[in-house]
Amino acid sequence: MSIKDKDLEEIAHLARIGINPSLFPELKKDLENILNLVEEMNKVDTGKIDPMSHPLDISQPLRKDEVSEENERDKLQKNAPLTKSGLFLVPKVIDATE
Amino acid sequence: MEELFNLSIKKQIEGLKTKKYSCEELLNSYYTRIESINSKINCYITIEDLDSLKKDAKESDKRYLNNSALPLEGIPIAHKDIFCTEGLLTTCGSRMLNNFIPPYSSTVVENFKTAGAISLGKTNMDEFAMGSSNETSFYGDVKNPWDLECVPGGSSGGSAACVAASLASASTGTDTGGSIRQPASLCGITGIKPTYGRVSRYGMIAFASSLDQGGVLAKSAEDAALMLEIMSGYDPKDSTSLNVDVPNFALEAQNDLKDIKIGLPIEFFEKDIPQHVQNSIDEAIKVLEKLGAKFQKISLPNVDLGIAAYYVIAPAECSANLSRYDGVKFGYRCENPKDLDDLYSRTREDGFGYEVKKRILTGTYVLSAGYYDAYYLKAQKCRQLIANDFKEVFKEVDMILSPTAPDTAFKIGSKSKDPLSMYLEDIFTIPANLAGLPGISFPCGNNQGLPIGLQLIGNHLQESSILSVAQNFQLETNWHLERPNIK
Repeated sequence: MSIKDKDLEEIAHLARIGINPSLFPELKKDLENILNLVEEMNKVDTGKIDPMSHPLDISQPLRKDEVSEENERDKLQKNAPLTKSGLFLVPKVIDATE
Repeated sequence: MEELFNLSIKKQIEGLKTKKYSCEELLNSYYTRIESINSKINCYITIEDLDSLKKDAKESDKRYLNNSALPLEGIPIAHKDIFCTEGLLTTCGSRMLNNFIPPYSSTVVENFKTAGAISLGKTNMDEFAMGSSNETSFYGDVKNPWDLECVPGGSSGGSAACVAASLASASTGTDTGGSIRQPASLCGITGIKPTYGRVSRYGMIAFASSLDQGGVLAKSAEDAALMLEIMSGYDPKDSTSLNVDVPNFALEAQNDLKDIKIGLPIEFFEKDIPQHVQNSIDEAIKVLEKLGAKFQKISLPNVDLGIAAYYVIAPAECSANLSRYDGVKFGYRCENPKDLDDLYSRTREDGFGYEVKKRILTGTYVLSAGYYDAYYLKAQKCRQLIANDFKEVFKEVDMILSPTAPDTAFKIGSKSKDPLSMYLEDIFTIPANLAGLPGISFPCGNNQGLPIGLQLIGNHLQESSILSVAQNFQLETNWHLERPNIK
């Protein structure tokens, strides 16, 4: 398995992680090593095996669709980097002039 | 008199009940030690304010005086910095959460508070619990109290080091692929990861949700049982929490070992285990045989797929879980973003360390279009094969014994240039996470001043039986009583 610059750029974009080009050689090598390590899985035939859904063979409980949390917006927003009138602020997404 | 910080939790509770010393004196014993030693070991990221701790200790003393003491009243413990604590910095070892003050506490933290325990602070850890040496923390390496040039293991390295150095009576930890058991082994203490779902994950910062499980690092199996009982229990706030009764672990851990059958997996013992580790394991087996346990060889034919399946499943789940760190709602945000994409990608570039980025990228790759079946689905099938192996084996034996880690603690920096050798640190511990089984590590020997650990893996919900084997072993041996001489 070999990872090309283009592959790394694509997954970095999907993951929204900026990567300094100086890190490319090391990251490509590390990712290749991991992918080679996981190749081990192909040694076994899993054709008739169902994938695990829960380690204890149980299904997850359902609860009633009722409101259980209070609105604590102000408390929760204390950790936000930038807010205004209860809104989270981010750089402008839609340019009004276009 | 023996120093208070060296006593077991059970002895501390007895001492407090009989008024030999007060909670405030017990607290001071630890706090003074933290002030003189933490800078050498770096096991705490945040230490609670002394005035507020003293206030808690005084409240505990009052309850001892009027006979209303709670089960862990006044016992000073530490929490891994992955458990949210309302109003107190919770970093998960990352720059990303360098300023995060949780608006709520995790269920685990609440459970200990309700039981009267006093939280001394938050322990250092590998960033987002990704690592086996505590070297990926944004807050600096933790040093192994047995040799300050060695790692304490990870990811719960700060928790393990702080218990080994007697800077807390016991600590909470989490274990996704060995993160409680491997550091317990490297630091010469007892660590238990219970059955998946036994301990609530609510407010425990997520890494790989189908593998993550909270547990305990303590000085002995007896202390671990006391702690685990407080920690465990059904929690409607965690959808994978098990709605089952919590046994009296401390009582059940006293059961004897007659009729106990222990399996020795040939696949594990075929590995290149160093002679000193093999010798210590052999000695421990002799001790357990003398106590009545019967041993037999067993086979887990698919267990060697464990590391491969783990390094698909854990990165895949982490890439989804860590997408929440976007610089918008909480945590770090980069300076002067020029647009939204730049905000996301620079926040995540600066906020995450190398190991975390690598795992997110791996996870993104294996989940990306066209690769899902070949990687994630295949891994979940391999995981089922491994779980089936355990199911078969538990028809014949009660538990499985192996070394916890391939060797004793290694030098800081010695494996960071070879990430795959670091991943192999968890070769014996990962299978229990994949199958959701409880596992315990406790000390069984020493090589050149560094502890050697032994692991037991039990069947689902059989924490009591692995605790009882550990406790019986500790009644016969003194490995768990050895303390490092911190220079």
